[in-house]
Amino acid sequence: MHENREDGPIPAGQRFYDNIFLLLVLGTVVPTLVYTVWGLIEIMNVPKLPIVP
Amino acid sequence: MANTDFRLSSLSGLKIHKSAQALVQWNLIAAFATLAVGGLMALLVLLTRWPSVHLLPLDYYYRFLTLHGIDALLAWIIFFEIALVHFTSAVILGTRSYISWLGWVAFALMLIGGGLINTIVILGRADVMFTSYVPLKGDPMYYLGVILFAVGALIGFIHFFINIVLSKRDGGYKKSLPLGSFGLAAASIIGILTLLHGAGIFLPTFLWSLDILPTIDPSAYRLVFWGLGHSSQQINVCAMVAVWYMTSAFVVGGKPVNEKLSRTAFVLYILFINLASEHHLLVDPVLSNWHKVVNTSYMMHLAVLASMIHAFAIPASMEVALRKQGHTRGLFEWLKKAPWGNPAFSGVVISIVLFGFLGGITGVIFGTEQFSIIRHNTFAITGHFHGTVVAGTTIAFMAFTYLLIPYIFNKEIIWKGFASVQPWLYGVGVATLSIGMMSAGSFGVPRRHYDITFSGAPFSFTFDPAIDMFMSMMGVGGVLAVLGGVLYIVIAFGSIIFGKKIEQQ
Repeated sequence: MHENREDGPIPAGQRFYDNIFLLLVLGTVVPTLVYTVWGLIEIMNVPKLPIVP
Repeated sequence: MANTDFRLSSLSGLKIHKSAQALVQWNLIAAFATLAVGGLMALLVLLTRWPSVHLLPLDYYYRFLTLHGIDALLAWIIFFEIALVHFTSAVILGTRSYISWLGWVAFALMLIGGGLINTIVILGRADVMFTSYVPLKGDPMYYLGVILFAVGALIGFIHFFINIVLSKRDGGYKKSLPLGSFGLAAASIIGILTLLHGAGIFLPTFLWSLDILPTIDPSAYRLVFWGLGHSSQQINVCAMVAVWYMTSAFVVGGKPVNEKLSRTAFVLYILFINLASEHHLLVDPVLSNWHKVVNTSYMMHLAVLASMIHAFAIPASMEVALRKQGHTRGLFEWLKKAPWGNPAFSGVVISIVLFGFLGGITGVIFGTEQFSIIRHNTFAITGHFHGTVVAGTTIAFMAFTYLLIPYIFNKEIIWKGFASVQPWLYGVGVATLSIGMMSAGSFGVPRRHYDITFSGAPFSFTFDPAIDMFMSMMGVGGVLAVLGGVLYIVIAFGSIIFGKKIEQQ
Protein backbone atom coordinates (compact mmCIF):
# COMPACT_ATOMS: atom_id res chain seq x y z
CA MET A 1 0.00 0.00 0.00
CA HIS A 2 3.06 2.23 0.09
CA GLU A 3 4.13 4.62 -2.63
CA ASN A 4 7.34 6.23 -1.48
CA ARG A 5 9.65 7.46 -4.21
CA GLU A 6 13.17 7.29 -2.91
CA ASP A 7 14.85 9.15 -5.78
CA GLY A 8 14.07 12.04 -8.12
CA PRO A 9 11.85 15.04 -7.57
CA ILE A 10 8.43 14.43 -6.03
CA PRO A 11 5.66 15.21 -8.55
CA ALA A 12 3.48 18.22 -7.74
CA GLY A 13 0.35 16.05 -7.51
CA GLN A 14 1.96 13.79 -4.91
CA ARG A 15 3.18 16.81 -2.93
CA PHE A 16 -0.38 18.12 -2.90
CA TYR A 17 -1.83 14.78 -1.77
CA ASP A 18 0.89 14.41 0.88
CA ASN A 19 0.02 17.80 2.34
CA ILE A 20 -2.69 16.50 4.65
CA PHE A 21 -3.15 19.86 6.37
CA LEU A 22 -3.77 21.65 3.07
CA LEU A 23 -6.38 18.97 2.32
CA LEU A 24 -7.84 19.55 5.79
CA VAL A 25 -8.19 23.28 5.10
CA LEU A 26 -9.69 22.74 1.63
CA GLY A 27 -11.98 19.96 2.86
CA THR A 28 -13.30 22.27 5.57
CA VAL A 29 -13.53 25.52 3.62
CA VAL A 30 -15.11 24.28 0.35
CA PRO A 31 -18.21 22.60 1.85
CA THR A 32 -18.58 25.29 4.54
CA LEU A 33 -18.75 28.04 1.91
CA VAL A 34 -20.71 26.21 -0.81
CA TYR A 35 -23.22 24.52 1.47
CA THR A 36 -23.40 26.10 4.93
CA VAL A 37 -22.53 29.79 4.51
CA TRP A 38 -24.37 30.19 1.20
CA GLY A 39 -27.41 28.39 2.69
CA LEU A 40 -27.42 30.53 5.84
CA ILE A 41 -27.18 33.73 3.75
CA GLU A 42 -30.20 32.63 1.72
CA ILE A 43 -32.17 31.77 4.89
CA MET A 44 -31.35 35.17 6.44
CA ASN A 45 -32.56 36.92 3.30
CA VAL A 46 -35.99 35.29 3.26
CA PRO A 47 -38.44 38.16 3.79
CA LYS A 48 -40.45 37.99 6.97
CA LEU A 49 -44.16 37.24 6.68
CA PRO A 50 -45.97 40.56 7.14
CA ILE A 51 -48.10 40.54 10.26
CA VAL A 52 -51.61 41.69 9.48
CA PRO A 53 -53.18 43.45 12.44
CA MET B 1 10.11 4.19 23.94
CA ALA B 2 10.95 0.68 25.15
CA ASN B 3 10.96 -2.05 22.51
CA THR B 4 9.18 -4.36 24.95
CA ASP B 5 6.09 -2.21 24.48
CA PHE B 6 5.85 -3.49 20.91
CA ARG B 7 4.85 -6.95 19.76
CA LEU B 8 5.03 -8.41 16.27
CA SER B 9 1.76 -9.89 15.03
CA SER B 10 2.66 -13.28 13.56
CA LEU B 11 -0.39 -13.19 11.28
CA SER B 12 -0.14 -9.70 9.81
CA GLY B 13 3.52 -8.83 10.33
CA LEU B 14 2.39 -5.59 11.97
CA LYS B 15 4.47 -4.09 14.78
CA ILE B 16 1.89 -3.19 17.40
CA HIS B 17 2.48 -0.85 20.35
CA LYS B 18 0.45 -1.59 23.46
CA SER B 19 -0.83 2.02 23.71
CA ALA B 20 -2.42 1.81 20.24
CA GLN B 21 -3.57 -1.76 20.82
CA ALA B 22 -5.52 -0.84 23.96
CA LEU B 23 -7.25 2.10 22.25
CA VAL B 24 -8.27 -0.02 19.26
CA GLN B 25 -9.49 -2.79 21.56
CA TRP B 26 -11.68 -0.63 23.79
CA ASN B 27 -13.19 1.35 20.93
CA LEU B 28 -14.04 -1.94 19.23
CA ILE B 29 -15.63 -3.36 22.39
CA ALA B 30 -17.77 -0.21 22.71
CA ALA B 31 -18.70 -0.53 19.02
CA PHE B 32 -19.82 -4.16 19.46
CA ALA B 33 -21.86 -3.28 22.57
CA THR B 34 -23.64 -0.34 20.89
CA LEU B 35 -24.37 -2.46 17.81
CA ALA B 36 -25.96 -5.06 20.10
CA VAL B 37 -28.30 -2.41 21.59
CA GLY B 38 -28.96 -0.80 18.20
CA GLY B 39 -29.69 -4.22 16.70
CA LEU B 40 -32.16 -5.10 19.45
CA MET B 41 -33.93 -1.78 18.83
CA ALA B 42 -33.89 -2.57 15.09
CA LEU B 43 -35.75 -5.83 15.73
CA LEU B 44 -38.42 -4.10 17.85
CA VAL B 45 -38.90 -1.30 15.30
CA LEU B 46 -38.99 -3.80 12.43
CA LEU B 47 -41.65 -5.91 14.13
CA THR B 48 -43.74 -2.79 14.61
CA ARG B 49 -43.45 -1.53 11.03
CA TRP B 50 -44.31 -5.03 9.73
CA PRO B 51 -48.11 -4.56 9.53
CA SER B 52 -48.95 -8.20 10.25
CA VAL B 53 -47.05 -8.03 13.57
CA HIS B 54 -47.29 -4.35 14.67
CA LEU B 55 -45.64 -5.13 18.00
CA LEU B 56 -45.02 -1.95 20.01
CA PRO B 57 -47.40 0.71 21.32
CA LEU B 58 -47.09 4.17 19.77
CA ASP B 59 -44.76 5.87 22.28
CA TYR B 60 -42.37 2.94 22.54
CA TYR B 61 -42.12 2.79 18.75
CA TYR B 62 -40.79 6.35 18.48
CA ARG B 63 -38.62 5.89 21.59
CA PHE B 64 -36.93 2.76 20.25
CA LEU B 65 -36.66 4.27 16.75
CA THR B 66 -34.73 7.17 18.31
CA LEU B 67 -32.45 4.75 20.12
CA HIS B 68 -31.98 2.60 17.00
CA GLY B 69 -30.82 5.68 15.08
CA ILE B 70 -28.44 6.82 17.81
CA ASP B 71 -26.87 3.43 18.56
CA ALA B 72 -26.83 1.77 15.14
CA LEU B 73 -26.23 4.80 12.94
CA LEU B 74 -24.01 6.92 15.17
CA ALA B 75 -22.43 5.10 18.11
CA TRP B 76 -21.54 1.69 16.59
CA ILE B 77 -20.08 3.22 13.48
CA ILE B 78 -18.17 6.09 15.08
CA PHE B 79 -16.68 3.90 17.83
CA PHE B 80 -15.52 1.54 15.07
CA GLU B 81 -14.13 4.46 13.07
CA ILE B 82 -12.15 5.77 16.04
CA ALA B 83 -10.74 2.23 16.40
CA LEU B 84 -9.74 2.52 12.73
CA VAL B 85 -8.21 5.95 13.41
CA HIS B 86 -5.80 4.38 15.92
CA PHE B 87 -5.25 1.31 13.73
CA THR B 88 -4.26 3.33 10.66
CA SER B 89 -2.38 6.17 12.38
CA ALA B 90 -0.33 4.00 14.73
CA VAL B 91 -0.57 0.23 14.10
CA ILE B 92 -0.21 0.34 10.30
CA LEU B 93 2.64 2.84 10.61
CA GLY B 94 4.38 0.68 13.22
CA THR B 95 4.56 3.47 15.78
CA ARG B 96 2.91 4.08 19.13
CA SER B 97 -0.23 6.09 19.77
CA TYR B 98 1.19 9.49 20.74
CA ILE B 99 -0.37 11.43 23.63
CA SER B 100 -2.44 8.33 24.27
CA TRP B 101 -4.25 9.99 27.19
CA LEU B 102 -5.98 12.15 24.57
CA GLY B 103 -7.37 8.98 22.98
CA TRP B 104 -8.71 7.92 26.38
CA VAL B 105 -10.29 11.35 26.96
CA ALA B 106 -12.03 11.01 23.58
CA PHE B 107 -13.17 7.49 24.43
CA ALA B 108 -14.47 8.55 27.86
CA LEU B 109 -16.43 11.51 26.42
CA MET B 110 -18.00 9.30 23.76
CA LEU B 111 -18.87 6.67 26.35
CA ILE B 112 -20.39 9.19 28.78
CA GLY B 113 -22.24 11.01 25.98
CA GLY B 114 -23.56 7.78 24.47
CA GLY B 115 -24.61 6.50 27.90
CA LEU B 116 -26.38 9.78 28.68
CA ILE B 117 -28.32 9.72 25.40
CA ASN B 118 -29.36 6.09 25.90
CA THR B 119 -30.50 6.74 29.47
CA ILE B 120 -32.52 9.85 28.63
CA VAL B 121 -34.20 8.21 25.64
CA ILE B 122 -35.07 5.03 27.58
CA LEU B 123 -36.56 7.19 30.33
CA GLY B 124 -38.87 8.64 27.67
CA ARG B 125 -37.58 12.20 27.96
CA ALA B 126 -36.40 12.62 24.36
CA ASP B 127 -38.63 10.85 21.83
CA VAL B 128 -37.29 13.20 19.18
CA MET B 129 -35.72 10.67 16.81
CA PHE B 130 -32.27 10.93 15.25
CA THR B 131 -33.00 14.24 13.53
CA SER B 132 -34.49 15.96 16.63
CA TYR B 133 -35.93 18.68 14.37
CA VAL B 134 -36.80 21.87 16.21
CA PRO B 135 -39.29 22.90 17.52
CA LEU B 136 -39.56 19.27 18.73
CA LYS B 137 -37.88 19.60 22.13
CA GLY B 138 -36.13 16.89 24.13
CA ASP B 139 -34.62 16.90 27.60
CA PRO B 140 -31.51 19.17 27.78
CA MET B 141 -29.48 16.15 28.92
CA TYR B 142 -30.18 14.52 25.54
CA TYR B 143 -28.53 17.42 23.69
CA LEU B 144 -25.70 17.45 26.23
CA GLY B 145 -25.16 13.74 25.54
CA VAL B 146 -24.95 14.40 21.79
CA ILE B 147 -22.49 17.27 22.39
CA LEU B 148 -20.26 15.13 24.65
CA PHE B 149 -20.28 12.27 22.13
CA ALA B 150 -19.51 14.63 19.25
CA VAL B 151 -16.68 16.40 21.12
CA GLY B 152 -15.20 12.99 22.03
CA ALA B 153 -15.33 11.89 18.38
CA LEU B 154 -13.85 15.24 17.28
CA ILE B 155 -10.89 14.74 19.64
CA GLY B 156 -10.56 11.19 18.27
CA PHE B 157 -10.27 12.47 14.70
CA ILE B 158 -7.84 15.24 15.74
CA HIS B 159 -5.75 12.52 17.41
CA PHE B 160 -5.28 10.98 13.96
CA PHE B 161 -3.42 14.08 12.77
CA ILE B 162 -1.27 14.24 15.91
CA ASN B 163 -0.29 10.60 15.39
CA ILE B 164 0.65 10.92 11.73
CA VAL B 165 2.73 14.09 12.26
CA LEU B 166 4.72 12.55 15.14
CA SER B 167 4.92 9.20 13.38
CA LYS B 168 6.53 10.87 10.35
CA ARG B 169 9.05 12.52 12.70
CA ASP B 170 9.91 9.08 14.13
CA GLY B 171 10.19 7.38 10.72
CA GLY B 172 6.81 5.61 10.67
CA TYR B 173 6.56 6.67 7.04
CA LYS B 174 8.66 8.86 4.76
CA LYS B 175 6.66 10.82 2.20
CA SER B 176 3.22 9.41 1.44
CA LEU B 177 0.91 7.78 3.95
CA PRO B 178 -0.01 4.19 3.09
CA LEU B 179 -3.29 4.14 1.15
CA GLY B 180 -5.36 2.73 4.05
CA SER B 181 -4.10 5.51 6.34
CA PHE B 182 -4.70 8.08 3.59
CA GLY B 183 -8.32 6.87 3.38
CA LEU B 184 -8.69 7.38 7.13
CA ALA B 185 -7.04 10.82 6.79
CA ALA B 186 -9.82 11.68 4.33
CA ALA B 187 -12.41 10.25 6.76
CA SER B 188 -10.91 12.29 9.62
CA ILE B 189 -11.02 15.52 7.57
CA ILE B 190 -14.68 14.88 6.77
CA GLY B 191 -15.19 13.93 10.42
CA ILE B 192 -13.79 17.24 11.70
CA LEU B 193 -16.02 19.29 9.38
CA THR B 194 -19.01 17.14 10.30
CA LEU B 195 -18.51 17.43 14.04
CA LEU B 196 -17.95 21.20 13.82
CA HIS B 197 -21.39 21.38 12.22
CA GLY B 198 -22.66 19.21 15.08
CA ALA B 199 -21.26 21.65 17.63
CA GLY B 200 -22.61 24.56 15.55
CA ILE B 201 -26.17 23.32 15.80
CA PHE B 202 -26.38 21.30 19.03
CA LEU B 203 -24.83 23.96 21.29
CA PRO B 204 -27.57 26.53 20.48
CA THR B 205 -30.21 23.77 20.58
CA PHE B 206 -28.96 22.78 24.05
CA LEU B 207 -29.27 26.42 25.19
CA TRP B 208 -32.74 26.59 23.62
CA SER B 209 -33.79 23.43 25.49
CA LEU B 210 -32.70 25.20 28.71
CA ASP B 211 -34.85 28.23 27.71
CA ILE B 212 -31.72 30.40 27.53
CA LEU B 213 -32.21 31.00 23.80
CA PRO B 214 -35.81 31.93 22.91
CA THR B 215 -35.96 30.23 19.52
CA ILE B 216 -34.03 28.33 16.85
CA ASP B 217 -34.82 28.96 13.20
CA PRO B 218 -36.10 25.58 11.88
CA SER B 219 -34.65 26.19 8.38
CA ALA B 220 -31.22 27.04 9.75
CA TYR B 221 -31.46 24.01 12.05
CA ARG B 222 -32.22 21.69 9.12
CA LEU B 223 -29.38 23.16 7.04
CA VAL B 224 -26.71 22.88 9.74
CA PHE B 225 -28.05 19.64 11.23
CA TRP B 226 -27.63 17.86 7.89
CA GLY B 227 -24.06 19.17 7.79
CA LEU B 228 -23.74 16.75 10.72
CA GLY B 229 -26.44 14.15 10.01
CA HIS B 230 -25.62 13.34 6.39
CA SER B 231 -21.92 14.15 6.52
CA SER B 232 -21.45 11.63 9.32
CA GLN B 233 -22.53 9.06 6.72
CA GLN B 234 -19.80 10.37 4.44
CA ILE B 235 -17.19 9.62 7.14
CA ASN B 236 -18.60 6.09 6.94
CA VAL B 237 -18.25 5.92 3.17
CA CYS B 238 -14.64 7.04 3.34
CA ALA B 239 -13.71 4.69 6.20
CA MET B 240 -15.58 1.84 4.48
CA VAL B 241 -13.63 2.32 1.23
CA ALA B 242 -10.37 2.41 3.21
CA VAL B 243 -11.43 -0.89 4.83
CA TRP B 244 -12.09 -2.36 1.35
CA TYR B 245 -8.53 -1.45 0.24
CA MET B 246 -6.96 -2.71 3.48
CA THR B 247 -8.85 -6.03 3.40
CA SER B 248 -7.82 -6.61 -0.20
CA ALA B 249 -4.20 -5.95 0.85
CA PHE B 250 -4.27 -8.11 4.01
CA VAL B 251 -6.25 -11.09 2.65
CA VAL B 252 -5.09 -11.51 -0.97
CA GLY B 253 -2.12 -9.11 -1.11
CA GLY B 254 -4.03 -6.71 -3.37
CA LYS B 255 -2.43 -3.42 -4.43
CA PRO B 256 -4.32 -0.70 -6.31
CA VAL B 257 -3.72 -0.89 -10.04
CA ASN B 258 -3.15 2.86 -10.08
CA GLU B 259 -2.60 4.22 -6.58
CA LYS B 260 -2.57 7.84 -7.78
CA LEU B 261 -6.07 7.39 -9.15
CA SER B 262 -7.28 5.86 -5.87
CA ARG B 263 -5.79 8.77 -3.92
CA THR B 264 -7.41 11.23 -6.34
CA ALA B 265 -10.74 9.57 -5.60
CA PHE B 266 -10.22 10.13 -1.85
CA VAL B 267 -9.37 13.79 -2.50
CA LEU B 268 -12.63 14.14 -4.46
CA TYR B 269 -14.43 12.79 -1.36
CA ILE B 270 -12.64 15.35 0.84
CA LEU B 271 -13.68 18.26 -1.36
CA PHE B 272 -17.16 17.36 -2.50
CA ILE B 273 -18.85 14.47 -0.70
CA ASN B 274 -20.14 16.61 2.17
CA LEU B 275 -22.24 18.64 -0.25
CA ALA B 276 -24.56 15.64 -0.52
CA SER B 277 -26.15 16.92 2.71
CA GLU B 278 -28.31 19.00 0.38
CA HIS B 279 -30.36 15.86 -0.45
CA HIS B 280 -32.36 16.43 2.70
CA LEU B 281 -33.25 19.97 1.68
CA LEU B 282 -34.29 19.42 -1.93
CA VAL B 283 -37.97 19.78 -1.05
CA ASP B 284 -37.27 22.62 1.38
CA PRO B 285 -38.99 25.79 0.11
CA VAL B 286 -36.51 28.20 1.70
CA LEU B 287 -33.34 27.50 -0.29
CA SER B 288 -32.93 28.62 -3.89
CA ASN B 289 -32.75 26.28 -6.86
CA TRP B 290 -29.18 27.44 -7.45
CA HIS B 291 -28.11 26.29 -3.98
CA LYS B 292 -29.79 22.94 -4.57
CA VAL B 293 -28.49 22.40 -8.09
CA VAL B 294 -24.89 23.40 -7.35
CA ASN B 295 -24.70 21.27 -4.20
CA THR B 296 -26.27 18.15 -5.67
CA SER B 297 -26.30 18.02 -9.45
CA TYR B 298 -22.84 19.55 -9.93
CA MET B 299 -20.57 19.16 -6.91
CA MET B 300 -21.93 15.95 -5.50
CA HIS B 301 -21.39 14.04 -8.73
CA LEU B 302 -17.66 14.63 -8.37
CA ALA B 303 -17.91 12.48 -5.23
CA VAL B 304 -19.98 9.94 -7.18
CA LEU B 305 -17.13 9.84 -9.71
CA ALA B 306 -14.80 9.00 -6.82
CA SER B 307 -17.02 6.07 -5.79
CA MET B 308 -17.01 4.79 -9.37
CA ILE B 309 -13.19 4.88 -9.36
CA HIS B 310 -13.05 2.87 -6.11
CA ALA B 311 -15.71 0.46 -7.42
CA PHE B 312 -13.40 -0.54 -10.28
CA ALA B 313 -10.04 -0.13 -8.51
CA ILE B 314 -10.68 -2.47 -5.58
CA PRO B 315 -12.04 -5.52 -7.47
CA ALA B 316 -9.22 -4.95 -9.99
CA SER B 317 -6.65 -5.03 -7.15
CA MET B 318 -8.13 -8.36 -6.01
CA GLU B 319 -8.10 -9.79 -9.54
CA VAL B 320 -4.48 -8.79 -10.19
CA ALA B 321 -3.34 -10.22 -6.83
CA LEU B 322 -5.18 -13.52 -7.35
CA ARG B 323 -3.87 -13.85 -10.92
CA LYS B 324 -0.34 -13.31 -9.58
CA GLN B 325 -0.98 -16.27 -7.26
CA GLY B 326 -1.41 -18.42 -10.39
CA HIS B 327 -5.19 -18.38 -10.89
CA THR B 328 -4.93 -17.39 -14.55
CA ARG B 329 -7.11 -19.93 -16.40
CA GLY B 330 -9.87 -18.25 -18.37
CA LEU B 331 -11.57 -15.03 -17.40
CA PHE B 332 -12.86 -16.06 -13.99
CA GLU B 333 -10.59 -18.66 -12.36
CA TRP B 334 -9.29 -15.94 -10.03
CA LEU B 335 -12.87 -15.29 -8.91
CA LYS B 336 -13.62 -18.97 -8.40
CA LYS B 337 -10.42 -19.51 -6.40
CA ALA B 338 -10.85 -16.39 -4.27
CA PRO B 339 -10.92 -17.09 -0.49
CA TRP B 340 -14.72 -17.15 -0.19
CA GLY B 341 -14.54 -19.11 3.06
CA ASN B 342 -12.73 -16.19 4.72
CA PRO B 343 -15.47 -13.93 6.15
CA ALA B 344 -13.20 -10.88 5.85
CA PHE B 345 -12.93 -11.35 2.09
CA SER B 346 -16.52 -12.48 1.42
CA GLY B 347 -17.88 -9.72 3.68
CA VAL B 348 -15.99 -7.01 1.80
CA VAL B 349 -17.15 -8.34 -1.59
CA ILE B 350 -20.76 -8.43 -0.34
CA SER B 351 -20.33 -4.90 1.00
CA ILE B 352 -18.95 -3.61 -2.34
CA VAL B 353 -21.74 -5.21 -4.39
CA LEU B 354 -24.61 -4.20 -2.10
CA PHE B 355 -23.30 -0.70 -1.47
CA GLY B 356 -22.93 -0.09 -5.20
CA PHE B 357 -26.14 -1.60 -6.50
CA LEU B 358 -28.50 -0.87 -3.59
CA GLY B 359 -27.18 2.13 -1.68
CA GLY B 360 -25.07 4.04 -4.18
CA ILE B 361 -27.22 3.93 -7.29
CA THR B 362 -30.41 4.71 -5.38
CA GLY B 363 -28.64 7.55 -3.58
CA VAL B 364 -27.71 9.18 -6.88
CA ILE B 365 -31.25 8.71 -8.24
CA PHE B 366 -33.08 9.91 -5.12
CA GLY B 367 -30.59 12.76 -4.78
CA THR B 368 -31.84 14.50 -7.92
CA GLU B 369 -34.37 17.24 -7.37
CA GLN B 370 -37.04 15.73 -9.62
CA PHE B 371 -36.96 12.34 -7.90
CA SER B 372 -36.66 13.82 -4.46
CA ILE B 373 -40.05 15.46 -4.90
CA ILE B 374 -41.75 12.05 -5.22
CA ARG B 375 -39.53 9.91 -2.99
CA HIS B 376 -38.74 12.27 -0.10
CA ASN B 377 -40.03 11.03 3.26
CA THR B 378 -41.16 7.72 1.77
CA PHE B 379 -39.92 4.32 2.90
CA ALA B 380 -37.74 4.28 -0.25
CA ILE B 381 -35.29 6.63 1.49
CA THR B 382 -35.09 4.27 4.49
CA GLY B 383 -34.37 1.45 2.01
CA HIS B 384 -31.65 3.56 0.38
CA PHE B 385 -29.73 4.31 3.54
CA HIS B 386 -30.01 0.73 4.80
CA GLY B 387 -28.31 -0.07 1.48
CA THR B 388 -25.45 2.33 2.24
CA VAL B 389 -24.93 2.37 5.98
CA VAL B 390 -25.93 -1.20 6.77
CA ALA B 391 -25.30 -3.23 3.60
CA GLY B 392 -22.21 -1.14 2.84
CA THR B 393 -20.51 0.21 5.96
CA THR B 394 -21.73 -2.21 8.62
CA ILE B 395 -20.92 -5.33 6.56
CA ALA B 396 -17.48 -3.91 5.68
CA PHE B 397 -16.78 -3.24 9.37
CA MET B 398 -18.06 -6.71 10.31
CA ALA B 399 -15.73 -8.21 7.70
CA PHE B 400 -12.75 -6.22 9.01
CA THR B 401 -13.51 -7.42 12.54
CA TYR B 402 -12.49 -10.93 11.41
CA LEU B 403 -9.01 -9.48 10.80
CA LEU B 404 -8.85 -7.09 13.77
CA ILE B 405 -9.63 -9.73 16.41
CA PRO B 406 -6.63 -11.92 15.47
CA TYR B 407 -4.36 -8.92 14.80
CA ILE B 408 -5.26 -6.70 17.75
CA PHE B 409 -6.76 -9.00 20.39
CA ASN B 410 -4.34 -11.77 19.42
CA LYS B 411 -7.16 -14.32 19.58
CA GLU B 412 -8.42 -16.83 17.02
CA ILE B 413 -11.95 -16.45 15.70
CA ILE B 414 -14.29 -19.01 17.30
CA TRP B 415 -16.96 -20.95 15.37
CA LYS B 416 -15.14 -20.57 12.05
CA GLY B 417 -17.95 -22.32 10.13
CA PHE B 418 -20.59 -19.93 11.47
CA ALA B 419 -18.23 -16.99 10.90
CA SER B 420 -17.87 -17.86 7.20
CA VAL B 421 -21.67 -17.92 6.84
CA GLN B 422 -22.32 -14.75 8.88
CA PRO B 423 -21.66 -12.08 6.20
CA TRP B 424 -23.84 -13.98 3.70
CA LEU B 425 -26.72 -14.33 6.16
CA TYR B 426 -26.50 -10.68 7.15
CA GLY B 427 -26.03 -9.55 3.53
CA VAL B 428 -29.00 -11.50 2.16
CA GLY B 429 -31.13 -10.24 5.05
CA VAL B 430 -30.21 -6.57 4.63
CA ALA B 431 -30.54 -6.73 0.81
CA THR B 432 -34.06 -8.21 1.14
CA LEU B 433 -34.98 -5.64 3.79
CA SER B 434 -33.66 -2.76 1.70
CA ILE B 435 -35.39 -3.86 -1.54
CA GLY B 436 -38.65 -4.39 0.38
CA MET B 437 -38.45 -0.90 1.88
CA MET B 438 -37.60 0.78 -1.43
CA SER B 439 -40.37 -1.05 -3.28
CA ALA B 440 -42.96 -0.19 -0.61
CA GLY B 441 -41.76 3.41 -0.67
CA SER B 442 -42.25 3.59 -4.42
CA PHE B 443 -45.96 2.91 -3.70
CA GLY B 444 -45.99 5.87 -1.33
CA VAL B 445 -45.54 4.13 2.04
CA PRO B 446 -44.16 6.83 4.38
CA ARG B 447 -40.99 6.50 6.42
CA ARG B 448 -41.04 6.63 10.26
CA HIS B 449 -44.81 6.07 10.29
CA TYR B 450 -46.23 4.09 13.23
CA ASP B 451 -49.39 2.78 11.56
CA ILE B 452 -49.75 2.81 7.77
CA THR B 453 -53.26 1.31 8.03
CA PHE B 454 -54.30 4.67 9.58
CA SER B 455 -56.58 2.87 12.06
CA GLY B 456 -58.80 5.30 13.94
CA ALA B 457 -58.19 8.12 11.46
CA PRO B 458 -61.23 10.21 10.44
CA PHE B 459 -60.55 9.47 6.75
CA SER B 460 -59.73 6.04 5.40
CA PHE B 461 -56.83 5.42 3.08
CA THR B 462 -55.52 2.18 1.64
CA PHE B 463 -52.28 1.61 -0.22
CA ASP B 464 -51.94 -0.58 -3.29
CA PRO B 465 -52.25 -4.21 -2.06
CA ALA B 466 -48.77 -4.91 -3.52
CA ILE B 467 -47.22 -3.24 -0.48
CA ASP B 468 -48.23 -6.22 1.68
CA MET B 469 -45.68 -8.31 -0.18
CA PHE B 470 -42.99 -5.65 0.04
CA MET B 471 -43.57 -4.98 3.75
CA SER B 472 -43.34 -8.75 4.33
CA MET B 473 -40.09 -8.82 2.34
CA MET B 474 -38.81 -6.12 4.67
CA GLY B 475 -39.91 -8.16 7.71
CA VAL B 476 -38.38 -11.46 6.59
CA GLY B 477 -35.17 -9.75 5.43
CA GLY B 478 -34.93 -7.81 8.67
CA VAL B 479 -35.29 -10.96 10.81
CA LEU B 480 -32.54 -12.68 8.76
CA ALA B 481 -30.31 -9.61 9.22
CA VAL B 482 -30.94 -9.61 12.98
CA LEU B 483 -29.96 -13.32 13.11
CA GLY B 484 -26.77 -12.46 11.19
CA GLY B 485 -26.15 -9.56 13.57
CA VAL B 486 -26.61 -11.74 16.67
CA LEU B 487 -24.17 -14.27 15.19
CA TYR B 488 -21.63 -11.47 14.61
CA ILE B 489 -21.92 -10.14 18.17
CA VAL B 490 -21.64 -13.65 19.68
CA ILE B 491 -18.61 -14.49 17.51
CA ALA B 492 -16.93 -11.14 18.23
CA PHE B 493 -17.34 -11.23 22.02
CA GLY B 494 -16.88 -15.03 22.10
CA SER B 495 -13.57 -14.76 20.23
CA ILE B 496 -12.30 -11.99 22.52
CA ILE B 497 -13.20 -13.91 25.67
CA PHE B 498 -12.86 -17.59 24.71
CA GLY B 499 -10.76 -17.48 21.50
CA LYS B 500 -7.51 -19.46 21.45
CA LYS B 501 -4.47 -17.21 21.99
CA ILE B 502 -2.26 -16.83 18.93
CA GLU B 503 1.46 -17.61 19.22
CA GLN B 504 3.56 -14.42 19.53
CA GLN B 505 6.88 -13.38 18.08
